[in-house]
This record gives sequence, C-alpha cells and structure tokens, in this order.
Amino acid sequence: MSLIDQNTTFQGYRRENGRVGVRNHVIILPLDDLSNAAAEAVAHNIKGVLAMPHPYGRLQFGADLELHFRTLIGTGCNPNVAAVVVIGIEEGWTQKVVDGIQATGKPVVGFGIEQHGDHDTIMRASKAAREYVQWASEKQRETCAISELWISTKCGESDTTSGCGANPTVGNAFDKLHPLGTTLCFGETTELTGGEHIVAARCASDAVRDKFMFMFNRYQDVINRHKTSDLSDSQPTKGNIAGGLTTIEEKALGNIQKIGKLCTVDGVIDKAEIPTHPGLWFMDSSSAAAEMVTLCAASGYAVHFFPTGQGNVIGNPILPVIKICANPRTVRTMREHVDVDTTALLQREITLDQAGDKLLENMLRTANGRLTAAEALGHREFVLTRLYESA
Amino acid sequence: MIHFVLHDAKDTVAVVVVEGVTAGMSMTGWIMDEDRMIDVQAQQDIPIGHKVALKNMAVGDTVWKYGIDMGKVVAPIQTGQHAHVHNIKTKRW
Repeated sequence: MSLIDQNTTFQGYRRENGRVGVRNHVIILPLDDLSNAAAEAVAHNIKGVLAMPHPYGRLQFGADLELHFRTLIGTGCNPNVAAVVVIGIEEGWTQKVVDGIQATGKPVVGFGIEQHGDHDTIMRASKAAREYVQWASEKQRETCAISELWISTKCGESDTTSGCGANPTVGNAFDKLHPLGTTLCFGETTELTGGEHIVAARCASDAVRDKFMFMFNRYQDVINRHKTSDLSDSQPTKGNIAGGLTTIEEKALGNIQKIGKLCTVDGVIDKAEIPTHPGLWFMDSSSAAAEMVTLCAASGYAVHFFPTGQGNVIGNPILPVIKICANPRTVRTMREHVDVDTTALLQREITLDQAGDKLLENMLRTANGRLTAAEALGHREFVLTRLYESA
Repeated sequence: MIHFVLHDAKDTVAVVVVEGVTAGMSMTGWIMDEDRMIDVQAQQDIPIGHKVALKNMAVGDTVWKYGIDMGKVVAPIQTGQHAHVHNIKTKRW
C-alpha cells in the first residue's frame, strides 16, 4: 500500500495560468546589478515582499543574454510567486521581463531608474508592492491533484553516503511519483561523467537520447577546453573528497541513483527552459548547487529534493529545498539543516521503500505549507548561471 | 552493527558508514543488492564515508563499485586498507 497514489492531493495556490504553487511570494526582481539597492529598499518599505538581488545583467550578449532573460522571466513565472515588481536601470529591457511574466496572467509591473533616480523609483515600486502584497495575502490554498506538483532534484556536498542512502531515497520517491503524472527534473551534466551511458539507456526515445548526448558532450567540450588538471578539488569538490568520494565516475554513479530504478527520461531541456509535458526531464545545468536550484526555479518547479552527504546548506528564495541526509555525523553536527534523516537506511533499520515514503511525507507537508529547514534558516541563494564574459 | 556497505557483490571497495574504524578492527559489511553480510578486518584507520578495499589490487586494475568501473588503481592496495585519492584515480579527464 503506497503512501501516495492517483488520489493523493495537496493544498496549493492555483495561479492565473492554471499552474499550482506551494508558496505565495511577492518578489522585487532587479533586472541588473544597478537596481539591487532600489529593490532592497522596496523590500524594507513593504513587509512581506522578497527582494532578489544579483550581480549581473549588464553588457551580456548572445546565448548568455538569452539565458539571463529566460532565468529572470522564468523566476517571475514560477507558480510559487503571486506577483512581481521588476526594477531595471532603463525601461526597455525592464519591460521585456515584465512582458515575459505577464504571459502567465499574474500581476506584474516594471520601473526604470533612468530619468527618475533611486528615490522616485523606490516610491513608485513601493506603491505597487504594497498593493500586490495585500492582494496576495488574501489568496487561499485549494485542493489539487498530486499530478500538478512539479518536483526537481539535485544533490550537493555529496559523499559516499549520498550514493548509498540519500540519493536512492530520492530515486525511490521519483519511482513512485513518475507514474502519477507529475513533472520531475534532474540535471548536473558534468556529474554524470562515467555514468552517461546509464542515463542514455533510460531515455524514452532516440530523439530524447540524442538530445541528452548532445548536451552531455557539449559540456564535456567546455571542461576539456578550459581544464588544467583532472579537475580534482573542483569536480569532485574538496568537500566530496573529504567525505570519501574518490573519482568523478564514483560520484556519477551515486548521482544517477536519484532517478530511481524505473523512471524513464522523457525529455531534455536547456538551462531554465520550461518542460512541455509531464514526466522526468533532464536539464542541462551546472553542478554548482545554488546555480542549479536557481535554474530549477526558473523552469517552474515548485518543490526541490536536495540529498546531501557532508552538509550542503543552500536554499532558494522561491523554491522550498528539502534536505535529505544519510550521513550520521552530518545529521548529528548539522541538525538544523536536515529535513529528512535517512541514516537508518545504512544500518538496515528501514527499507528503501520506507525511506522513500519518509521523503514523500515530508514533501506533502512542505507542499501544504511547512517551512523547510533552509527556509526557516533564511537561506535564499539566488545565483545566475553565466556562459562567458560580458562584452 | 553495520560498519560498511557495498551495492553489488562484484564490488572491490565498500563504504564505511560509521565513525571510529581503526586499524585491526573486525568489521561487518552489508551487500545491499543481495541483502547478505560479510566480514573484513580493517588494516588502517578509515574515516566515516571513506572506502575500504575488499581485495588486493595492483596498479592498473579497475576498481568496481555499483557493479561498474569507477576508476583505476595507481598504487597497490591490500584488503582492509583505506582506498581513496592516494591509490585510485579517474580514467576520465
């Protein structure tokens, strides 16, 4: 008797475009680094809104610029976001972000700083933010089918207990979620190195497989072009190595446990692209934790499974990050960061099915409103992926 | 108490899942896929999360974990010894 089935429901916020979120954020989104100060001032003025400062958005070009817009627009479109105020140095590109978010039907407005100055912009943006946050505060959750929940996963500060315990727990949960019509995501392209043939074999069609191998090889080219060594300390990281992971192949085999034993890979998306149908999606993405989770949020995911070994602490401003850990030393020394403790799995005290159900139970509680440890601790890492230098 | 785990009976290394493993200690291991137990004596201190060798290996040998090739031996390893970056390296990059 499974913990979840076709009839499982959760209480979510239904947005104008039909998507369902599990949080109700009003965000102040800077287009560029010049607008961070104004965005933070608005968040200080209007209680309950969230500023999302970041360091980029100037003189980017080509695919790197497209990714910048796709990430910002996608973040605003995420169903965990009720309304958005965009601030940029000038009105043209600010409006581009507003237009992209407006396609969802949610309240969004933008303000440019040039010819106004910070103070006038902060005043105009604060007036809009106040209206939005009071409007959002009356939004009610409604009963939604489990199939409307989008769940992403990425592991971080992995060690060998990740591959033996925490990652298979996610895999077990994914195996149970996949047949219910949910939309799932995994990524970390370089971290599949040594196991890419396993992922390729799980692809649902030749077209999906070809696209996956294209993304995988493209990332290998980047590594080979820029590397100076065998990437020891970077991939695997110093933390991975301190935790006992020795080679990228070993890390990959542990990483791949997250897609379970049964899930097919049903589609492939580039960074911050939005999936077009239910199933498990591979997203080309960095293995850097905050970058990848930021991309998942931009792709529209509502809840994130984050298995860790040595203790990764990041969260995300709009995407609740659930930390799962099977390392007894980490659970003991970093207790405040752990949502789901699966150390019993490695002592053969619970089965993999029980561990997977423990995670699914936490997922439902999180979807229904329970704050994750990262949310309670104020971890709001918002990190944009860059492809190359600005002009 | 389970001291170490391995995924596949073909694996030549296993993961220590408890703290305090010291040289000379007798350890119980769990083969997860087959749900079977084995015993190995630690020849060195091995930190939690690090690997123990399950057989003697020579330079150039493939290291097996998850039933799959996870790298190559670069310094000889004895059963029960600490297996990590000082004696195993990637075959990629």
